[in-house]
Amino acid sequence: MTLTAEAPTTGPSTAAHSAARKRRKRSESLAGYAFLSPWLLGFVLLTAGPMLASLYLAFTNYNLFAPPEWIGVENFQRLAQDPNYLQAWKVTLTYVLLGTPVKLLAALAVAMLLNNAFSGKGFYRSSFYAPSLIGASVSIAIVWKAMFIDNGIVDQVQQFFGFEAGGWVGDPSRTMPMLILLTVWQFGAPMVIFLAGLKQVPTELYEAAAVDGAGPWRKFVKITLPMLSPVIFFNLLLEMIHAFQIFASAFIISNGTGGPARSTLFYTLYLYFRGFQDFQMGYASAMAWILVIVVGALAAVFFKTSKSWVHYSGEGK
Amino acid sequence: MSTVTSAADHLVSAHDSAELRKSTKNRKRGRALVFHLCSLALVAIVLYPAVWMLMSSFKPSSQIVGNVSLIPTDASLANFTKALEGIGGVSFWTFFTNSVILAVGSVIGITISCSISAYAFARIEFPGRNVFFALMIGTLLLPFHVVIIPQYIVFNRLGLVDTFVPLLIGKFLAAEAFFVFLMVQFMRNLPRELDEAARIDGAGHVRIFRSIMLPLMKPALVTSSIFAFIWSWNDFFGPLLYLKKPDLYSLPIALRLFVDQTTTSDYGAQMAMAVLALVPVMLFFLIFQRYLVEGVATQGLKG
Repeated sequence: MTLTAEAPTTGPSTAAHSAARKRRKRSESLAGYAFLSPWLLGFVLLTAGPMLASLYLAFTNYNLFAPPEWIGVENFQRLAQDPNYLQAWKVTLTYVLLGTPVKLLAALAVAMLLNNAFSGKGFYRSSFYAPSLIGASVSIAIVWKAMFIDNGIVDQVQQFFGFEAGGWVGDPSRTMPMLILLTVWQFGAPMVIFLAGLKQVPTELYEAAAVDGAGPWRKFVKITLPMLSPVIFFNLLLEMIHAFQIFASAFIISNGTGGPARSTLFYTLYLYFRGFQDFQMGYASAMAWILVIVVGALAAVFFKTSKSWVHYSGEGK
Repeated sequence: MSTVTSAADHLVSAHDSAELRKSTKNRKRGRALVFHLCSLALVAIVLYPAVWMLMSSFKPSSQIVGNVSLIPTDASLANFTKALEGIGGVSFWTFFTNSVILAVGSVIGITISCSISAYAFARIEFPGRNVFFALMIGTLLLPFHVVIIPQYIVFNRLGLVDTFVPLLIGKFLAAEAFFVFLMVQFMRNLPRELDEAARIDGAGHVRIFRSIMLPLMKPALVTSSIFAFIWSWNDFFGPLLYLKKPDLYSLPIALRLFVDQTTTSDYGAQMAMAVLALVPVMLFFLIFQRYLVEGVATQGLKG
């Protein structure tokens, strides 16, 4: 603040010498690259380089010990007929397409509940956020497993209400609901973002709507949802990309197998098995590139369609 | 116009309005009660698994699975004693130290490299800046799968498997775009007059960055540090790939080995170790919850 006060009010002279200006521009560019260098180096060495390398490997047979052997599109042909690979897509897509919307609905519902004038919201907000910090950890995966195992507490509660008994961990039809519950449990992070978005909605809009006789549902559909659409867009995109990458929870709960009956064989698990247990690195690279293309296409569709359903208010973005 | 009519509608006598105020006050109190009851019930459900884990760690193994109750009937620290013994001759504290080294290394690497790179994006004009910025945002959405295989091949060839280098080098090269983005956004909101004034006084970028930007960026640096620490602490995939020797294991990998090796019935020790592995995260959460929640709210960071 004191520095602003010291700032001279006269601007820099515009009649600077053109050669001097050119020199300054060059030194400015140099400084730019110097400061950018950590990221630039990381980008070239850890992102762009490896991306190109895995693109090449995707067309080869490579097991880490013998040099890569060019085999054209054979990896992709084999993938198309690999039942485990197709299962990995099925499992992953089910998780992404079911888990993400349910999680975001929970996040939005609780954010609506907390978006009021009552005191004590900070406590609730923090409490609901806590699972987001620990939910993907190995510790919680172990806890989840212990809760959903045969005769575990979930089983006990089910039996109490007269439902068919049996654990979820060993039942291929129930491992997916169990993992979706685990991601829904972490609704706190998107909820906090929704809450921040809800605070930005001008209250005059609701007042005007109330005067016009709009009920709570109409207000929600006509005001809250459109005003919140940029935040919904952001949450949906990030949560989906996040969900594609699930690993630790499924790995721990299935004991590093992707089972029972391949019901938790997520994309990342299968890639890990192929690439780092069987050392079929060409095959795994092909898998990785297909995932990049699918996620990229998904993001492109998101951004393309966003114009029709995401509303940016004038002064906002 | 509609406000005028509505105001007219609400014109009531003084007596009526006093009654009205009393009843609205009661109604408001009633609604507050309903709100708190709903929220508390939800908090109880949401926190139940975590509290159950904590409480189970004090129970004998036979009383954990299927025991809905939170209060241990005969509490003891036996599980913790067992967990602290470690696995296969490697002490728990070795794993703990490895995790600390990785997490602290991540914090140091990320705060240094990301703040420096962010300064270039936020404050210096140079050709290609927008392209690089777009690429940086692109890496936010990039699935990590596409880089891990070549990275592993190279680190393996360099003999860096079973060292912490592969796990830390990305942190020192600003490869975690989330943090670069967070800091760019933060710097862009700092008044430009500050550096312009300093430039007129003859300060170069290095001085502006060190003496003006860094001190002002403290909130962004704190938020980044907390997240960097927690993410590194919970990371499972990286250590699983690169750490093969048990005495280099970080806690999540050690925990997995522990679960594999203990008999499935020994839930007590598993719970105790699971709790111990989360203690630093929970401490960070309790101390810095405001930073964390505000960080998520403003930057959209994931937990």
